[in-house]
Amino acid sequence: MRTAFTAAFLLLGAGASLSAGLGLLRLPDLFTRMHAATKSQAVGLLLVLIGVGIRFPTIEVLTSLALVALLQIITVPVAAHLVGRAAFRTGHVDRALLHVDELERALEPPGDG
Amino acid sequence: MREFTVRAGRRRAIRLPALVWLTVVWMLLWDRPTVGNLLSGLVLAVLLQLAFPLPPVGPQLRLRPLGLAAFALRAAADLLHSAGPLAWQAAGGRGRAKRNSVIAVPLRTRSDLILTVMAISLSATPGTLVLDVRHSDATLFLHVLGAADDAAVAKARRDVQALERRTVRAFGTRDDLRALAEDRS
Repeated sequence: MRTAFTAAFLLLGAGASLSAGLGLLRLPDLFTRMHAATKSQAVGLLLVLIGVGIRFPTIEVLTSLALVALLQIITVPVAAHLVGRAAFRTGHVDRALLHVDELERALEPPGDG
Repeated sequence: MREFTVRAGRRRAIRLPALVWLTVVWMLLWDRPTVGNLLSGLVLAVLLQLAFPLPPVGPQLRLRPLGLAAFALRAAADLLHSAGPLAWQAAGGRGRAKRNSVIAVPLRTRSDLILTVMAISLSATPGTLVLDVRHSDATLFLHVLGAADDAAVAKARRDVQALERRTVRAFGTRDDLRALAEDRS
């Protein structure tokens, strides 16, 4: 029973990670790719961690897993934010893919910042 | 001028929450809690705070159990959800890629902590990505996946404000709650 749960979580996690990889290859621009790289990848890792936790439910393993999950959740947004900010400010933006762009307007007057 | 205020803001001080947090992380790294780990963790936490002073973080974080439970449940659901639509879009290929939007959402609260918690949970929310933050008026700039018309943009804005409400109810101080209530009237 436990093995079945473990297998299910590991497979789901692998699937989510695979979709993150596919997203990186197939999505059209940097921002949509970052959605794949941050979210699907984080979900994939968390599912794998849950799977491992079910298989080895000892205090040593669980505390390490909790720490990995926590650091992942805290650091991924920071990295994504920095990449997004840098990309936007250096002009790596495909305007054809944007319906509304309120950041460009906000960045325009240089004296205001 | 600005540089001066930033540096003056950094004070060498031992803060209890940071002390507890650093010690807990240290003990988690060592697998099992022992007295030796606890003591070495405490020493390390003190040394770290002396070596890398940080500016004080404004008003304190409150933890409101009910709001926190609602916030955590919703965040977990969002995180699981966020893998789904994206997988579909990736599988759909380039041809079907929808247009997206970059929107500005001004927050009603001015707390750095609320801003931080929101930025983290927005990263776990399906279809949103924080691109930039304007600190002066607490405005978040978000990339919203699939927001191809004005209705979708308006909905994204409402979703973010709903998240702000949940965040404030889970972590906000009384001032934050008041800022939220005033806006509604």
